[in-house]
Amino acid sequence: MSVFMKGNEAIAEAAVRAGCRFFAGYPITPQNEIPEYLSWRLPEAGGTFIQGESEVASINMVYGAAAMGVRAMTSSSGPGISLKSEGISYMSSTKLPALIVNISRGGPGLGSIQPAQSDYLQATKALGHGGFRMMAFAPASVQEAADLAYISFDYAERDRNPVLLIADGCLGAIMEKIELPPMKETDEEATKKWSLSRQPGEKRAARALTPIYPELLLENENKMRGVLTKQWEANDVMVEEFLLEDAEYVAVAYGIAARVVKEAVLALRAEGHKIGAIRPITLFPFPKNSLRNLDYGRVKGIIDIEMALPAQMRDDIELEVRGRAPVHEYGRSGGILLDDEGVYTAVRKIIENSQLSTLN
Amino acid sequence: MDKTYKRPDAIMPIPSGFCPGCLHATAIKLIAEVVGELGQNDNALHVLPVGCSALNLLYWKGDMIGAAHGRAPAVATGIKRCRPERLVFAYQGDGDLAAIGLAEIIAAAARGEKFTVIFANNSTYGMTGGQMAPTTLIGQKSTTSVYGRDVADTGYPMKMCELISTLEAPVYVARFALNTPKGINSAKKGIKKAFELQLAGAGFTFVELLTNCPTNWRLSPLGSLDYMESNTVPYFKPGVYKEAV
Repeated sequence: MSVFMKGNEAIAEAAVRAGCRFFAGYPITPQNEIPEYLSWRLPEAGGTFIQGESEVASINMVYGAAAMGVRAMTSSSGPGISLKSEGISYMSSTKLPALIVNISRGGPGLGSIQPAQSDYLQATKALGHGGFRMMAFAPASVQEAADLAYISFDYAERDRNPVLLIADGCLGAIMEKIELPPMKETDEEATKKWSLSRQPGEKRAARALTPIYPELLLENENKMRGVLTKQWEANDVMVEEFLLEDAEYVAVAYGIAARVVKEAVLALRAEGHKIGAIRPITLFPFPKNSLRNLDYGRVKGIIDIEMALPAQMRDDIELEVRGRAPVHEYGRSGGILLDDEGVYTAVRKIIENSQLSTLN
Repeated sequence: MDKTYKRPDAIMPIPSGFCPGCLHATAIKLIAEVVGELGQNDNALHVLPVGCSALNLLYWKGDMIGAAHGRAPAVATGIKRCRPERLVFAYQGDGDLAAIGLAEIIAAAARGEKFTVIFANNSTYGMTGGQMAPTTLIGQKSTTSVYGRDVADTGYPMKMCELISTLEAPVYVARFALNTPKGINSAKKGIKKAFELQLAGAGFTFVELLTNCPTNWRLSPLGSLDYMESNTVPYFKPGVYKEAV
C-alpha cells in the first residue's frame, strides 16, 4: 500500500505492523509524532500506549512489557535517550528485546530542537553503563526508516538485546511516499522461552529476570556479549557503497547527511572529479570492510561528513583507514542541516587542496 | 496430628539471610502466606527493588523480575498492562520508594495502576550501610547524619501513606507496624485486602509496613522493636488512610 507519510509516523506505523503492542514515552521534540500517533493507533491494534511521567519511567515500563513477551518500544531524542540509558542497560542485562528510537537533535545538554547527528558516540559506544553494545540502524529516507523499524524487532528478539533506530529530526519531520509492510502479530510461541508471561492455568517452573548476577556468571554473560558483537560484524552489517569503483576520494556519511553528500558527489563527478561515497546503514556494527578494503593505491583522501562538530564517526573511520590516506572532515552542528552548496564547496576545496599538496 | 503452622509454599525452604531480628523476613512471610491463602502461588509476579528487600530474589519461589532503583512501579505498570490477570506486586524499601523512585510511585498511584505496592519503611538505607533515608526520623543517627537528622538541613521524614492518600485513584492505602504481634496480624489482613482488591481489578493498592534495621540502628533486635514503639510508630501513625467503597 503506497502512502504519503511523515518519518516519525512511518516509524510508528511500521512498528505496529511489526507486531509492536506496547509503547511508553515522554514528550520531547522532534519525535512527538511517534507517541501522538501511537496514542490512538496502538489501542486500535489491541496494544497499550502509556505517556510516562518521565523517560526514566517510560523505558522501565517497556522493560516490564518486554518481560511479558510483548513486542515493545519507546522513542525519544538525545536528552531523553540519556535518561533512558539506565533502563536500556537493564534491558541488555536481563536480555530483553525492544526497539529504542532516537530522533536526534542538537547537543550537548538541552542543545537545540533542530536536526543533528550529535548522538553517534552515544549510539555506537555506550547507550548506558556497564559495557553492553546494541545494533544501531541509521535510515536515510522515510521508506528506509519504516523498513528498519519493521525488522528491528526480529533482530532484538533473535539477539535478546534492545535495538536502536537513530534518525535525525529532519527524517522524522519530512514526508515521503512509501510502501508500508504487512501487518503481523507478536509471535507469542517464540517469546515463551524467556518471557515471564504465564497464561491462566499454565503450569511451568517459576522464572526470574534479574539484572544482578554472581560474578562468574556475569563474566560469562559478558563473554557472550563479545561473541554477539563479532556475529553482528560478520553477518549483519548494512552499508550503501556509491560510485566507489574508480573513486580517488571517498566521502563517508549516514542518515540525512548522506543524501546531501550524494548530491555533492554527483555534482563533482559532473566536473570530472573521481569521488564516491560510503553510507553506513548500521552504525553498529560499523561497515569496517567498506573502508578497510578500499584500494589505497588509488584513494587519495577520505572525507567524513556529519551533522556533528567535532566529528564523531571519524574515530571509527580512522581505525579502518589506518593511516593509508588522509581523513578530512566537514560538518555542521547545533541543529544546522547540511546544504547542497555547503557540502559541494567544502568537498571541492578538500580535493583541490589535496591535489595542490600532491603537486608540491 | 494436624499441621497448623508451616513455612508458606511461596518461600524457598532455606534459612533467611536477613540480619537477626530484621522484620523484612516477617514482611515477606506475611506476603507469602496471603499469596498462598488466595491460591496465587503460580499467578503472583514479584517485582524486586534495589536494597535489602532485593534479597527476596533468594527466597521467593514464584516468578520475579528485578527493577532498577526506584523503578519498580514503572516496571509493574508495563507488566500489569500487558498481563492484567497476574497478581503483580512490588516490594520496595524507603530509599527506593520515597527518594529515587518518588516520581514512579506517585505517578503509578495517580494513574490508578491496578497492582499493589508493599512499602517496607525502616528509616534507613540498609544494604548500603545505614545512610540517611527520606524516612529517617528527626534526630535519628545515620552514617550520613552522624549527629542525628537535623530538620534545618534535611527537612522532615516523608509520610508516604498521607501523600498517596491525597490522590483520587488509589483504592486502598494503609500503614501497619510490624513491631508487635497485633501489628503483624493487622498487616496480614491489610495485605490480603490489597491483593483481593487487585484481583477484583479495583485499582491501585498501597500497604506500608513499618520495619526495623537493628544492624544499622546499632540496636539489639528487641531494642529496635522498643525504638519503633516509642519513635517510629508515633511519627508514622498506623491506620487505613484511604479505602474506596
